[in-house]
Amino acid sequence: MNSGGNNGSGSSSTSSGIAATQRIPPKRQTLDEAYAPPANFLEIEVLNPITHGVGKTRYTDYEIRLRTNLPIFKSKESSVRRRYSDFEWLRGELERDSKIVVPSLPGKALKRQLPFRSDDGIFEESFVEERRKGLEVFINKVAGHPLAQNERCLHIFLQEPVVDKSYVPGKMRAA
Amino acid sequence: MLIFYQYDIAFFGFGQAPEISIKLDGDDVRKTAKIRSEDGGQEVHYLFYDGEPVSGTVNIAVKKRLDHQGIRIEFIGQIEVYYDRGNQHDFVTKVKELAHAGEITQNTSFSFDFQQVEKPYESYIGTNVKLRYFLRVVVVRRLSDIVREMDIIVHTLSSYPDVNKSIKMEVGIEDCLHIEFEYNRSKYHLRDVIVGKIYFFLVRIKIKYMEIVIMKKETVGVSPSVFTESENIAKYEIMDGAPVKGESIPIRLFLAPYELTPTMHEIANKFSVRYYLNLVLVDEEDRRYFKQQEIILWRKQDKAIRHTFLEESEGNEESSPSPGSSTSKG
Repeated sequence: MNSGGNNGSGSSSTSSGIAATQRIPPKRQTLDEAYAPPANFLEIEVLNPITHGVGKTRYTDYEIRLRTNLPIFKSKESSVRRRYSDFEWLRGELERDSKIVVPSLPGKALKRQLPFRSDDGIFEESFVEERRKGLEVFINKVAGHPLAQNERCLHIFLQEPVVDKSYVPGKMRAA
Repeated sequence: MLIFYQYDIAFFGFGQAPEISIKLDGDDVRKTAKIRSEDGGQEVHYLFYDGEPVSGTVNIAVKKRLDHQGIRIEFIGQIEVYYDRGNQHDFVTKVKELAHAGEITQNTSFSFDFQQVEKPYESYIGTNVKLRYFLRVVVVRRLSDIVREMDIIVHTLSSYPDVNKSIKMEVGIEDCLHIEFEYNRSKYHLRDVIVGKIYFFLVRIKIKYMEIVIMKKETVGVSPSVFTESENIAKYEIMDGAPVKGESIPIRLFLAPYELTPTMHEIANKFSVRYYLNLVLVDEEDRRYFKQQEIILWRKQDKAIRHTFLEESEGNEESSPSPGSSTSKG
């Protein structure tokens, strides 16, 4: 390790001449640290849109598949099904409880829900795909936020089988 | 180097306003300095230090007879706050009478000499405030005085600071990012080099890059009416990509290329200029994590000027602080 200018004071005329190669001796990184998998792994996919029900109660939901190695998440892999209104619920909870600026959701498609359309409205394949992509971007932004990760609602949304909307809001602590 | 200070106002119909110029003694050997001007350009003026005498001659070239009620020259150090333009604060004023009321019929020179002029502050042109020194010749007349001004630049010098600990700190976001940063000093001179390192204890975010920003904060006024202006002087990327636990990132940032002034603290109770190192980490979703740390900047004595302090300041300068000797937690 080069500890630079400690000794060369007499010979060198300018301080920048020494400083040009000077550095603070680094701590040695252990091989375990160097080769261990990074501790920042978090991937969330939104996939498999399925339309349920018939008539007026028809809705589409999506599979939220999460893989991570962050200790704050209870399970390292999970898969749940969520619909658009669940995302809206999550966004509302975060907006209220956390101090973060929550990103916006892909827009609500009010016009597509009007009757007598020539296409499938909100069940049109291209629309569902567009929305799926938007939701994926949204949930990845939110779940990666250090302050959002402390919120219980995020964990309920990502990992509980059913979203319990009468939950007690609170903070998570890493196990 | 020749500098002309002739701001002639040709009064309508009279092409015969006298030409007034100020010539400093020894201006052929005196150094000049640059300063950023208000419009963003650069001005070049003669350079002075505290205590130096200011002397020279005033030349008045007349085209016809000039009646006057007296001629004087003033040396002025002035602070001007931009939102209060009409109200300047003169912290130094020296006046020499050059002539009593009378008339000038031919080209005339007056010599002047201000001995040991106090110049306590450094010249500064900022966003909201300006501190300048100038010589002003006033020819008093019945209707309108004739005024000529000549700016000079003043630099304040400091010797090597007594205490110059390194800055070492452990910061982070709980369970998310823990780092330790270290800068080799807390006080840097204007052509110094910031040597430091960042050590990662815990990384649970996906970092894209890391940079150091030199921030200047200019504070004008006294509370409660304080105006603060922040400006990013430099952005310097020190890391590209995501580190893991145990990695050290070296920092070496040369200050010389940037337009910096010394740190100024409560100048005449009017304004302050402070510098901060802002360490910024940006993650893949463009979230920014940062830690600001004030550093003191000072103007090092030029070796040619003060020989007496040369040895001492050199000796201190090269001994870099031993790592880990001074730790401040914050």
